[in-house]
Amino acid sequence: MIINHPLLGPRDAQEFTYLGDAELLNRPYWLSETALQQFHEYLYLRDNPAGTHRELWFHEQGDRSWLVVTRDTGTHEIQNVELARDVALARRAARTAGETRG
Amino acid sequence: MTVAGAPLRNRLTGGLIDRDQTLNFQFDGKTFQGHAGDTLASALMANGVQLMGRSFKYHRPRGLLSAGSEEPNALVELRRDGRQEPNTRATVAELYDGLEAQSQNRWPSLRHDMMAINDRFSTFLTAGFYYKTFMWPKAFWEKLYEPIIRKAAGLGSLTGQDDPDAYDKGFLHCDLLVIGAGPAGLSAALTAGRAGAQVILADEDFRFGGRLLSETQALSDLSGADWTAQVLAELDSLPNVRTMMRTTVFGAYDHGIYGAVERNADHLVAPAAGKPRQTLWRIYSKRAVVAAGAIERPIAFENNDRPGVMLAGAVRAYANRWAATPAASVVVFANNDDAHQTARDLRAKGVAVPAVVDVRPDAPRIDGIEVLAGARIVNTRGRLGLGSVTVQLANGQTREIACGGLAMSGGWNPNLGLTCHQRGRPVWNEDIHAFVPGGNLPAGQYVAGAAAGELSTAAALRSGAAQAIAALADLGMAAAAPELPEAEDAAVAITPFWQVAGEKRAWLDFQNDVTVKDVKLAHQENFTAVEHLKRYTTLGMATDQGKTSNVGALAVMAELTGKSIAQTGTTIFRPPYTPVSMGALAGRAVGQAFHPTRLTPSHTWAEEQGAVFVEVGNWLRAQWFPKPGETHWRQSVDREVTQTRKSVGVCDVTTLGKIDVQGTDAAAFLNMIYANGFAGLPVGKVRYGVMLREDGVAYDDGTAARLAEDHFVVTTTTANAALVYQNMEFVRQCLCPEMDVQLISTTEAWAQYAVAGPNARKLLQKIVDPDYDLSNEAFPFMACGEVTVCGGCPARLFRISFSGELAYEIAVPTRYGDALMRELMDAGQAFDVRPYGTEALGVMRIEKGHAAGNELNGTTSAANLGLGRMLSSKKDYIGHVLSQRPGLAAEDGLRLVGLKPVTPVQSLPAGGHLMAAGGPVDAAHDQGYVTSAAYSPTLGTAIALGFVKRGAERMGEQLRLVNPLERQELLVEIVSSHFVDPEGEKLRA
Repeated sequence: MIINHPLLGPRDAQEFTYLGDAELLNRPYWLSETALQQFHEYLYLRDNPAGTHRELWFHEQGDRSWLVVTRDTGTHEIQNVELARDVALARRAARTAGETRG
Repeated sequence: MTVAGAPLRNRLTGGLIDRDQTLNFQFDGKTFQGHAGDTLASALMANGVQLMGRSFKYHRPRGLLSAGSEEPNALVELRRDGRQEPNTRATVAELYDGLEAQSQNRWPSLRHDMMAINDRFSTFLTAGFYYKTFMWPKAFWEKLYEPIIRKAAGLGSLTGQDDPDAYDKGFLHCDLLVIGAGPAGLSAALTAGRAGAQVILADEDFRFGGRLLSETQALSDLSGADWTAQVLAELDSLPNVRTMMRTTVFGAYDHGIYGAVERNADHLVAPAAGKPRQTLWRIYSKRAVVAAGAIERPIAFENNDRPGVMLAGAVRAYANRWAATPAASVVVFANNDDAHQTARDLRAKGVAVPAVVDVRPDAPRIDGIEVLAGARIVNTRGRLGLGSVTVQLANGQTREIACGGLAMSGGWNPNLGLTCHQRGRPVWNEDIHAFVPGGNLPAGQYVAGAAAGELSTAAALRSGAAQAIAALADLGMAAAAPELPEAEDAAVAITPFWQVAGEKRAWLDFQNDVTVKDVKLAHQENFTAVEHLKRYTTLGMATDQGKTSNVGALAVMAELTGKSIAQTGTTIFRPPYTPVSMGALAGRAVGQAFHPTRLTPSHTWAEEQGAVFVEVGNWLRAQWFPKPGETHWRQSVDREVTQTRKSVGVCDVTTLGKIDVQGTDAAAFLNMIYANGFAGLPVGKVRYGVMLREDGVAYDDGTAARLAEDHFVVTTTTANAALVYQNMEFVRQCLCPEMDVQLISTTEAWAQYAVAGPNARKLLQKIVDPDYDLSNEAFPFMACGEVTVCGGCPARLFRISFSGELAYEIAVPTRYGDALMRELMDAGQAFDVRPYGTEALGVMRIEKGHAAGNELNGTTSAANLGLGRMLSSKKDYIGHVLSQRPGLAAEDGLRLVGLKPVTPVQSLPAGGHLMAAGGPVDAAHDQGYVTSAAYSPTLGTAIALGFVKRGAERMGEQLRLVNPLERQELLVEIVSSHFVDPEGEKLRA
């Protein structure tokens, strides 16, 4: 596979290591009343879709970026590649905005 | 032995061989002659050799079936010694002077094979026989059946010697990869090449042209070979086209990546000095055109596996390209018009064609050759080779026709492999009665020519150009079709015909001895799905993967089930298309180069001391340093421990992972990755830290030193250096993206040495420049700082101890590592300083009760390790929430303890289990287990660390340490894990 790195352009998937579902970005809050249950779900429960999947890849043989790759697990077509840090920051911004509005 | 210069028995006139170049070669020890341009197969055929191998199961005599890489029968061992290669297809082995080949799967000789007895017992060796036969008695399996089957299984053999040749790997990029250089491929490459695209044209053959080399029809006024030469000359003149002969594209992978093997030197006695035998290419293509041609299929009839029975297109190829015939007289058996061309070409070359047996009642006539329309071949005769065929005529009478060769054709199957490697499924085409590529090709792939079902030469030329234009248009590149020559453009004329009904065995898969009877049996026993049929009968397995047999067998199955062939479907095609040698896959990663070897800066120095090294990941570390007179490793290790505890020792700890953490949020970041708190660590101090996985299990430990408010140095274990770094980057980028913190691995940037023992400070005072006060007051236990050594060399000093002694670790930039080690040894002479290796390091950490990899074994929590109190409850960190799970934090769980034998012993079994002194020895009564054991010269007995249930509360209790595997058992006492200096007075001295 070829992963189109947002900073470095197309790179062979061999340069990367795979972690899994990008939901791992959504780490629960440790002081939540249901933290134990939430962490259990965060760590162990995964969707396993045949189709579009957002997943984390680490550019270990490259610039050490963590990437969020949107990939079709049936065809291996890669639809989007983002820096995981950008995705994480955007989520925080969205959450903060939501809290402000709410 | 043939006489040099004498005409060969089956050599014809013409052909694309160079008669000026005579090549000597050996087959089964006999010397033969061929010419440049021959394959081993064509040269043997020209010499009248018909018997080339034995079938896998029945050891039936076998000769050539095909003229290409689909060959199931003519498999030989090529070359000898370390270069010996089993199961090489003689049909694609390019002849060279000095070639040596051996037949295989026979004993004692190809003509007299004792295992041919299997053929007499064929009734017992039907489909699935090994699932049924070797089931009883059960005890016979391991001792009797399996060894016999292992001996009988497999075709060729390996010598077991090292392959002396090098194999390379390479990477190529192109706009258009054209796979196959027949009419379609050449036309596609020419179209794309002229359009200025970056083109790679690859073909498995050692000569471009594909089927054009084997046919007699002209392309306008040129022969196929001459037209090919003309196109090739133009392609080679284009700087944007790379032509690759002897290159098999074996797999289509994701995103336009193709795997290919180029056989650089398989046609030479040995590769030239410094050159590889083969190169494995990874080709990154933007678009690809598969022009892989078609493969002819046989017809099943009784004894159709006799040497001399071949595919009609192959017979034509041998006659036209290689000027060879299987015999002076060849009968043709077919269900289509294409095979009639074989009859015409053979006759033109002077080979007798007694009859063309055509199953079609309306078969066309051929001038001067008898066509037996509506007839079929019902049997063959001959010993070790064909002598005659029995023909059943349209009127029901039979006729015996003497012949040495039979050219059969059941039609042509487009060569689909590469079109299906991404799980694409082909579709049945009723016009040509064959599977053609479906709509679900690998991304970016196009198919042209016979591979797409365009079976005439003119259609192949047209479709090659058209597919190249379409592929380039998809890339936004304009291309125009070249002017194509006039060529053969006959419509496919075929009537489906798969088998001649009969009672005896009619072969479908020649390599694996799968007959129509086996397919019937599989059907009877309900293995009707094609994938089941394959596994049950072994159809389409082994080296040829059913290239000639699959469609025929599933057509027979379709007849049996009453389904159509389209409904029956095909098995899944997977890479590789043809076998790839292990050497090519390994490339240069063999022997010492299998993985990189990492050496510490003091490696040369350690070698000079005669150190014994141990592999730790990719690192080589000194394990111990034997002195003259020491005959056992324990003597060296005991001495190193004793000397360190008595005076001072030095150990290279460069391999520990080092990660620089900088930024205004560095302390907050460490708080997140370590289970214990780091925010309050003062500048100039080191703290021990333990890291958990998110599931709460401890996975690494080490120290973090605060060199400045915003600067820490984290150390990891050698084994986990890469993993910890990856996890830290995950926390930094994915979980704490708002933090101002940067990480970099500095493991290779610093050489680091542990200096341990009562005289450690005195030794370092001679090394560290006098501006720095190393007194206990100025630089106490767990202090750290940047210093200079040896008159100005920058260094970092950490007062930390793994051994339990007064100890420091000193780090200098890597390039000074060797010099510092030598300085330490010089300066330490006054204290009789000794280097110590990883073994003594391990003994001392066990004596001190420090956990290491054996204790951090992926199942143990901080509570198990006795570090439960370190866990911070005031902050979030990785693993915090789930470490609170009842199972991990249980009060009655395992605790790390020391274990001391009641009577001193020399060794204790690591991995042994602990049982109550009086109770039973079984899993239900297990009290814990030993993780680390070593002989302690300090205590004069072997000691151990281990986990015991409620261990902390059971000090002084005696348990049985058992090792039932070796019937060992002894009594041990639960003690503190700190065997040495439990109060920590030494390390604070």
